[in-house]
Amino acid sequence: MIEVKDVHFTYPTAEPEVEALKGISLNIRNGEFVAIMGQNGAGKTTLVKQFNGLLKPTKGEVLVDGVRTRDISIAQLARKVGFVFQNPDHQLFSETVEEEIAFALRNFGFKEATLKRRVTWALNLLDLTEYRQTSPFMLSGGERKRVALASVLAWNPKVVILDEPTIGQDHRQKEILRQFIVQMNAQGKTVVIVTHDVEFVAECSPRVVLMAQGQIVADGDAKRILTNPDIALRASIVPPQITQIFLGLADLGLPTDVIDVSEAKKVLLEYLERR
Amino acid sequence: MSVFEGFRFRHVSSPIHRRDPRVKFLYVLVMFIVAVMFTELPVLLVLFLLQIPFVLVAGVQRQWLRSLRGAMFLVTFLFVFNLIFGYISPGTTPYGMSPLEYAFAMALRFLVLVESFSIFFLTTSPDHLSLALEQSHVPYEFTFAFTTAVRFVPVLAEEAQTIMDAQKARGLELEKGNFMKRIRNYIPILIPLIVSAIRRSLELAEAMESRGWGASKKRTNLYVLKMKEGDFMLILISIILLVTAIYIRYFVHLPTFTMLLPK
Amino acid sequence: MAIIETKNLTYTYPGATKPSIRDVSLTIEKGEFVILTGPSGCGKTTLCRCFNGLIPNFYNGQLEGELTVAGLKVIEHPIYKMAQRVGLVFQNPENQLFALSVEKDVAFGLENLGVPRDEMRKRVDWALQMTGIEELRERAPHELSGGQQQRVAIASVLAMQPNIMVFDEPTSFLDPLGAQKIFEVINDLNKKLGVTVILVEHRLDLASKYADHVVIMDDGKIVLNGKPAEIFNSETARLIGVGIPKATLLWQLLQEKGIKLGGVPTSSEEAARLLRERLKT
Repeated sequence: MIEVKDVHFTYPTAEPEVEALKGISLNIRNGEFVAIMGQNGAGKTTLVKQFNGLLKPTKGEVLVDGVRTRDISIAQLARKVGFVFQNPDHQLFSETVEEEIAFALRNFGFKEATLKRRVTWALNLLDLTEYRQTSPFMLSGGERKRVALASVLAWNPKVVILDEPTIGQDHRQKEILRQFIVQMNAQGKTVVIVTHDVEFVAECSPRVVLMAQGQIVADGDAKRILTNPDIALRASIVPPQITQIFLGLADLGLPTDVIDVSEAKKVLLEYLERR
Repeated sequence: MSVFEGFRFRHVSSPIHRRDPRVKFLYVLVMFIVAVMFTELPVLLVLFLLQIPFVLVAGVQRQWLRSLRGAMFLVTFLFVFNLIFGYISPGTTPYGMSPLEYAFAMALRFLVLVESFSIFFLTTSPDHLSLALEQSHVPYEFTFAFTTAVRFVPVLAEEAQTIMDAQKARGLELEKGNFMKRIRNYIPILIPLIVSAIRRSLELAEAMESRGWGASKKRTNLYVLKMKEGDFMLILISIILLVTAIYIRYFVHLPTFTMLLPK
Repeated sequence: MAIIETKNLTYTYPGATKPSIRDVSLTIEKGEFVILTGPSGCGKTTLCRCFNGLIPNFYNGQLEGELTVAGLKVIEHPIYKMAQRVGLVFQNPENQLFALSVEKDVAFGLENLGVPRDEMRKRVDWALQMTGIEELRERAPHELSGGQQQRVAIASVLAMQPNIMVFDEPTSFLDPLGAQKIFEVINDLNKKLGVTVILVEHRLDLASKYADHVVIMDDGKIVLNGKPAEIFNSETARLIGVGIPKATLLWQLLQEKGIKLGGVPTSSEEAARLLRERLKT
């Protein structure tokens, strides 16, 4: 679905010039669930903006569905790759939530009848039907995030990218979001989340692509990567709380690749039983 | 935007950068007055060349040249305009100058003004400038508004870019459509920008209040501008320039090129 | 000695149909490190703004009940008077920094107060040192990372030498490592300088180890108020949807299976320690 071939990227206006992406190669298959992780400044958002053509590589190529991002317009790419930005207030401008969701559909040339259906569907999906005629500016922070998400899902892109979706969310909102993302993925969407929230990733266990200073430091199973203290050090990330507990007990012979509370309980009970 | 590059301050130090902004402003003011006093080409040429040592000492050649380039459009326009005007209504140019010489003179005068301002802004940090304003007893509200505005320019620029990206990612094509459509295309960018600016000012106001805004009528300052020898020198140069100019204006008969040409 | 005392505090924003906080009665002792948490919209941000007088003086609206902070009845004094005793650090680092250099920003509050230049110099240097950002002193705020900006914001408030510092979700925009650093700075202010700290946070995993007092709000009211271990362990906390520390969650699961530990952990270090003791016996 998305192929990244030895991509280098430097921001044109940066002073001094620093390579934000230093030779990234990566493949994301149809229907995958990937978390791009790393410290702030590692290059995660820069990488992900290459997927919908907002940024084009300085060297190397990015192919979406076999087509080079250089060869088609951002609007054409956006049709396939939806991008939910971190701050919904950078997108919201319409008089009603309905209008807001319809915006992209109009841009993509959907016929009025289909458009209406899609809007209703998206409102329903994100539990926003009661706010159909409300001004998006009247809604709470969490509700505005849902409007932003709804307006992207409305046009049913094959890939959905979410940039730091957990920022500013409380525990319950994160739970709901997590379940929603997992469901989207289960229904066949390719989902890419950019996040530094290790606990969030530990709970949904996607494929993890860990970045540091413009390069990929690790790529694979969430459990394997997040519980490895050397990798964590190299990428300056903090392992999940549960893992930290077990890393502190490593000398007692307990396994250290535990990221989940229930698994932790099981492991500890087994250990006690064996003695 | 290269014309703006010719005015943007950079973190460098030089004898010119270190000068008190009030003194630099005096110099620019004198330049302004003298440039307006004269229409004679040789004088304006001298004024223009007088800037160059300052530019070199400050080390801002590259940016200064860029501002020159940026000003060229207006300069050419002024030249052509005055030329046409001069030929259409003969006898209106002062001192019996040919319209060609007059047009050159007007263009050059404008250039001198732009260039002296350029040096001023290139060598004066906004910080320094606001300090100068404060010490010149400009009410603090204005200085604060100025500094805050400058401080947020890069932030707003970045935000505008992010908003554009976000809307492009929803299929917005800015370049598409006829003239009216293109203007309307900017609504999804302007509204979030304005809303964000309003929200930002609210947060800033909260922060200001929380840090004692308005606590004392006599506000103190971490920095203070002190005039040094270099500043007095620049004041001296400015005064000499002004006096010399006045003397020449009233007591010396300057030839224009037109007069020097063989009949 | 109580440094903050509220009784039946109720506040409605102008134009709102219902109060954002209702009947809030709370006592905070001098030198405490308090964590204030709860689901989005529970009123914690509103409560913070009452402490330094932004409510009701900046926001207007209706404030009922009693509120005494650092010996002053908040409604009787202008915000700039309260600002000398209660500092407030906000969520977005970018929108708290006004000046073109870090130094000038840290001095901003002192300049407002009319502090003489020499004294200002000393306090600015001290504040920069306490927050570990001396080498950033001449940098422009826009060039700094989020974590650095937040430390500048903390230094600017600290320079005014308040008795109390309130932090409203200061790490929202930071990554976990950046968040940890900020918590360490805040903890230093509390333990080394004796500043009373009120920290509004969702990231309880990282922050709870520093706290000695936890307050949980829901729907405008205080629902839980006490020591961290007992609060995080309560059923109510789980039901409201507060993200209790994983260490405490693990303790609960083990407890259900009859495994007892020496105490209730709220941090991974504590959990490791308690587990080690248990596993070795």
